[in-house]
Amino acid sequence: MSTADPAQAVAAGGEPTEHPGSPPAAAVRMSGIVKRFPGVVANDGVDFAAALGEVHALLGENGAGKSTLSNILTGLYRPDEGRIELDGRAVHFDSPRDALAAGIGMVHQHFRLVPTFTVAENVALADPHGIGRRQVRHLRQELAAMGAHYGLAVDPDARVWQLSVGEQQRVELLKALHRGARVLILDEPTAVLTPQEADALFVTLRAMVAEGRTVVFISHKLHEVKAVSDRVTVLRHGRTVGTVDTASCTTTDLARLMVGRDVVFRRAERAHPVDPAAAPLMRVRGVSAVNHRGQPAVRQAGFELRPGEILGVAGVAGNGQRELAEAITGMRRPTAGSIEVGGSPVRLGSVRAAHAAGIAHVPEDRLHTGLAPSLSIASNVVLTAYRRPPASRGPFLDRGYIRRHATELMSRFDVRAPGPDTPVRLLSGGNVQKVLLGREFASDPKVLVAASPTRGLDVGAIETVRRLLVQAADEGRGVLLISEDLEEILALSDRVLVLYEGRIVGDVPAADATAERLGLLMGGGAVSRDVG
Amino acid sequence: MKLQFAERPERSLARQVILPLAAVVVTLGITSTAVVGAGANPLTAFRKILFTPLSSRFGWFEMLVSATPLILTGTAVVVAFSCGYYSIGAEGQLTAGAITATWVGIRLGGWPTPLAIVAMVGAGALGGVLWALPPALLRVRFGIDEVVTTLLLNPVATLVVSGLLNGPWRNSTTHYPESDPIAGPARLPRLFDRSRLHLGLILAVAVAVAVWFVLSRTVTGLRARAIGQAAHAARFAGLRVERTMLGAALASGAIAGLAGMNDVAGTQFKLSEGLADGKGYTGIVIATLAGLTIVGVVGGAILLGLVKMGSTSASRSLGVPSQIAEIITGCLLLVTVALMVLKRYRIRLVRGGGRR
Repeated sequence: MSTADPAQAVAAGGEPTEHPGSPPAAAVRMSGIVKRFPGVVANDGVDFAAALGEVHALLGENGAGKSTLSNILTGLYRPDEGRIELDGRAVHFDSPRDALAAGIGMVHQHFRLVPTFTVAENVALADPHGIGRRQVRHLRQELAAMGAHYGLAVDPDARVWQLSVGEQQRVELLKALHRGARVLILDEPTAVLTPQEADALFVTLRAMVAEGRTVVFISHKLHEVKAVSDRVTVLRHGRTVGTVDTASCTTTDLARLMVGRDVVFRRAERAHPVDPAAAPLMRVRGVSAVNHRGQPAVRQAGFELRPGEILGVAGVAGNGQRELAEAITGMRRPTAGSIEVGGSPVRLGSVRAAHAAGIAHVPEDRLHTGLAPSLSIASNVVLTAYRRPPASRGPFLDRGYIRRHATELMSRFDVRAPGPDTPVRLLSGGNVQKVLLGREFASDPKVLVAASPTRGLDVGAIETVRRLLVQAADEGRGVLLISEDLEEILALSDRVLVLYEGRIVGDVPAADATAERLGLLMGGGAVSRDVG
Repeated sequence: MKLQFAERPERSLARQVILPLAAVVVTLGITSTAVVGAGANPLTAFRKILFTPLSSRFGWFEMLVSATPLILTGTAVVVAFSCGYYSIGAEGQLTAGAITATWVGIRLGGWPTPLAIVAMVGAGALGGVLWALPPALLRVRFGIDEVVTTLLLNPVATLVVSGLLNGPWRNSTTHYPESDPIAGPARLPRLFDRSRLHLGLILAVAVAVAVWFVLSRTVTGLRARAIGQAAHAARFAGLRVERTMLGAALASGAIAGLAGMNDVAGTQFKLSEGLADGKGYTGIVIATLAGLTIVGVVGGAILLGLVKMGSTSASRSLGVPSQIAEIITGCLLLVTVALMVLKRYRIRLVRGGGRR
């Protein structure tokens, strides 16, 4: 099989193969890469070189040019200028197929799997020669062997939709290995993983580089970069800031390289302590809800949220966080329970009723659920307020007001974009989140439900978003912060609830909340875990 | 060659102007093979089709007569597509509008003209709405795909016309399978002497302008566009997705129904078989070509109106079958859709050469 033989992988691409006598220093070298998009220079003379047998991290804020660079290396974009060399030979990729044939594999943040196919069938689909039913049986043995070798155990006969996100990622890795990828690019691979799964992934990556493969690890999480990589190339504003040995620098050094200044996360300062005697802003009682497959996802959840309180909801992904947030914000009708805001009951299962009661929502999938990507910033900003003056008079939109309002929000929330008419899809992740927060804050909510509000954002944007959440609490609003990022929960919350299999299994004041204690609760209390 | 157009596909100017023009050029290139097949010189044929009609006052007016129903069907499609409702039913809704307009039109003898015209407009719109209603309800209530249901209702409308004309509505004097003529006051007044150009054009342009205004300047339009662009986000923002989509589907049906009324009251003065003649489908071509903009719809309708009437006259002088108009229209849709895909996925047809 074509699994591990680099020469064969090259030959399969039909490229002329000069057999390298001695291995060159750099497996991949990209020099002077320039890629322009209308109005933006995404890569402005980027230099990048990764050696054989190393994990090379590509670190940078959102919009720094990491994705563009990896899309060029995988053949999705063609660079306007610059050269790409593999093992010292210049290459041109006209399509992702060329890059794959040359041994470059990519694991995208969003997986490219067929959910109704088995693991083996998905891998067979990726086979450059195509594979029949009979060979699939061989493939199963190969997969079992590869799984054992790299720590990527997955049942080859399982259907992909039945697998956890972490297991699906393993399938993507197996696919790339099966195609003989010598250079593997992973785009923020840990964003979807639990801390334990992430640790397991790091072991796998080390095993892969130990046998001479090259791993390019795209991330903006400093501690991960520190934990897994040998060297780091830092990008900022489309340019290479530098390449450093990971061992020689601290996370603070890396943060400074990435943003050009010091950034430290610490426990947020609060203007007022929460008054435990104050009447609760929101009271949730015995709420149960089912997920989209009709299975129970939230079981009898109940809690109170006080004015000025940031209430963290911790839990491993898939333990009912999404359904709880949707039940509270009216996106999903609970099967039981009640919700009160300011003492009066909220009609359940209606987004409008939740809005009217003063519940604002920053959803997990901010770009597609929260906003309409191809509409302008201005249209998105009025999407919840268009019905009333001053955004509209009778049936007519007041376009002047809408533009002014959007421009004002953009400056207040530091949204960086050419103007209020810019479609939201052209914004970077941080700016998208700021548009959404601006819109939700503009309705003067009593309660803000924020789901993973900083996931995927760069350091600067994380700071801004956290500051806004703290500010909301200081203004006397209640904030329900749902996040899988323990560090974030610990940094912001006054009190932490832990969800496990849809139940609230812990209610811990900030003073007693440690990563260890929460980690134990998140794992159902049954197993002792080493978290954080 | 023409492939250079694909070199800068991301500019918005390219998207709005160059792409449709490129589509027209490529289409003429492809369809010239059909013209050659029919034994004519393509350059002569295209000159006859696209330029000769514009050398006379008659030609200009006839072009606008052909364009009028296409403005309406194109606009109808823009309304539905903008809201994410992919109706392929303009053809059937046009036919339904023609049926109701005929039924009313025959009974309006002795009415004052303005009142009769209002009644005709109402009747045409109502027919279109009725035909659009079942698929729209199936979509918003049960999530049944509207592409299939609206499409399947089109031949049903044609068969209803056929049944009526061969049965109860058969012409009472000639016994041809066509309806009795509609009453005088129900006919749309001519705009000029010695020309068939009628009030329908003004009506169509007014509807197009109204739709442009509603989509871009009103609360309803914002709602519709948000739903069309991101239904999930719209629902999240508290918009009533189903209700808005139902409204858009029915408004689209009403406008397509007006196109049917336009034909009955403006040019035919009776119901006959083959009245729709693909104008509903052409509306989809026009709306797609226009990138769902109203300005584009009006321009596209005039262009295809010209092609339609130009082909008729060219067929007489050159012996090229008049079906060349349908070939051009169909080809234009395919080319437009293909170019959109090219733009979207940034595939460049630069083979050989141009590599640094």
